[in-house]
Amino acid sequence: MRPFEYVRAATVEDAVTGGDRFIAGGTNLVDLMKHGIERPERLVDVTRLELASIEEADGGGLRIGSQVTNSALANDARVRERYPVLSKALLSGATQQLRNKASTGGNFLQRTRCYYFYDTARRCNKREPGSGCDALDGFNRIHAILGASEHCIATHPSDMAVAMVALDAELLTRKSDGSTRRVKAEALHQLPGDTPHHEHVLEPGELITHVDLPPLPDGARHVYRKARDRASYAFALVSVAVVLVTDGDAITEARVALGGVAPKPWRAHRAEAALKGARVDRDVFRRAAEAELEDARGHGDNDFKIPLATRLIASALAEAAGLDAGDDR
Amino acid sequence: MKLQIDGQDHDLGDLDPRTTLLDALRERLGLMGTKKGCDHGQCGACTVLVNGRRINSCLALAVMHEGDAITTVAGLEADDGTPSALQEAFMEHDAFQCGYCTAGQLCSATSLLREVKRGEPSVLTPMGAELSLSELSDDEIRERMSGNLCRCGAYANIVAAVRQAAEAES
Repeated sequence: MRPFEYVRAATVEDAVTGGDRFIAGGTNLVDLMKHGIERPERLVDVTRLELASIEEADGGGLRIGSQVTNSALANDARVRERYPVLSKALLSGATQQLRNKASTGGNFLQRTRCYYFYDTARRCNKREPGSGCDALDGFNRIHAILGASEHCIATHPSDMAVAMVALDAELLTRKSDGSTRRVKAEALHQLPGDTPHHEHVLEPGELITHVDLPPLPDGARHVYRKARDRASYAFALVSVAVVLVTDGDAITEARVALGGVAPKPWRAHRAEAALKGARVDRDVFRRAAEAELEDARGHGDNDFKIPLATRLIASALAEAAGLDAGDDR
Repeated sequence: MKLQIDGQDHDLGDLDPRTTLLDALRERLGLMGTKKGCDHGQCGACTVLVNGRRINSCLALAVMHEGDAITTVAGLEADDGTPSALQEAFMEHDAFQCGYCTAGQLCSATSLLREVKRGEPSVLTPMGAELSLSELSDDEIRERMSGNLCRCGAYANIVAAVRQAAEAES
């Protein structure tokens, strides 16, 4: 690990004026520093800031401090009752040890687990812009089928962020000049295009201070499903977050987000458009899923993700609608 | 720079901020109870409790834990050296072979019992369900212990030991 200077921030103002790299849980950053992939010269510790509580927000939502740990967020009784998809997504990720340390803000900003990004002997446009991508013709079982480019096919690994995107969460940030802004969770990450090293819209030194969860319509049904290579402690091959509101047989609102399939938590707008106003019906769910995957492209080893994602979306919708879980098991 | 480990204060002087909590324990203080396995947060051998909650000490920077109460496997027994009920259950069920992962398994399972007691869910816990130590299923134990690998494959006996300790505490 390269030497770095360590500073502990006591206030948010201290933090954003104290440097341009922050450390919270460190569960991903410290690992990347050991690999020599992250080489910060100065790290500002933001874990002692007063950002570790979950508060009721105006209008019935919740405001989550960015330093709330993943386990504290998953365990919160209000989250369990009002946003169960978020609790389930959090508990589907990592292990209890990691969730106890990982923060809400840091979970959004964790980096891909692409093997070629981690292996410094391989080419990676994300790690070394312009060097090439060894995943394209390599072992790409875990890689993206949506939103990728010829420069990068890495996926965003988070479960939490998938639920946050389905819940229309918004991030509050503070910049070093003291200004604040709101960034929709869905708009936080960028697609790789020809600059896969630019992963999100935050500026250097811009700190996530809170995440706002807006209230949901009454009667919303929540489902989080995750397909992976072992029963626990594995990243998603495909995950699906669904928030569904129905009125009798009619779908009044459907929100669908996907993990494990794209360089960012993927809001399934095409599926949602196909669902809105439609009937609760297995064929409707399957066609909505197929619409979302229409432009999906496999790279060989990950071709299986296209039918898997299609079935998992349809099955998650069926579960949310109270039909039985379908035939994906 | 001071760390509080198993109830005792230790002075680490001017510690290089690169030092992980795991390396501070083993290399700087000579406290060898906590084990280094993968050193990348994948195996759980280095699990310790920080303010009562389990973490991977290999992914923690020691400087970030100044003022925290750190418990290693050496702090699980009673003050007079009596093993905890969980430690007794591990011995009774032969919940190890080589023993290298055991310190991490014990810290992790100690924390697991407290989490269940506090009603904290796993991904398998149905929404709104009440948890009880006496009715903790093997699937719940396996899910909650998934961050601790055992290359010898003593899992069946580890689950049995944790279940016995859970029943004893309920």
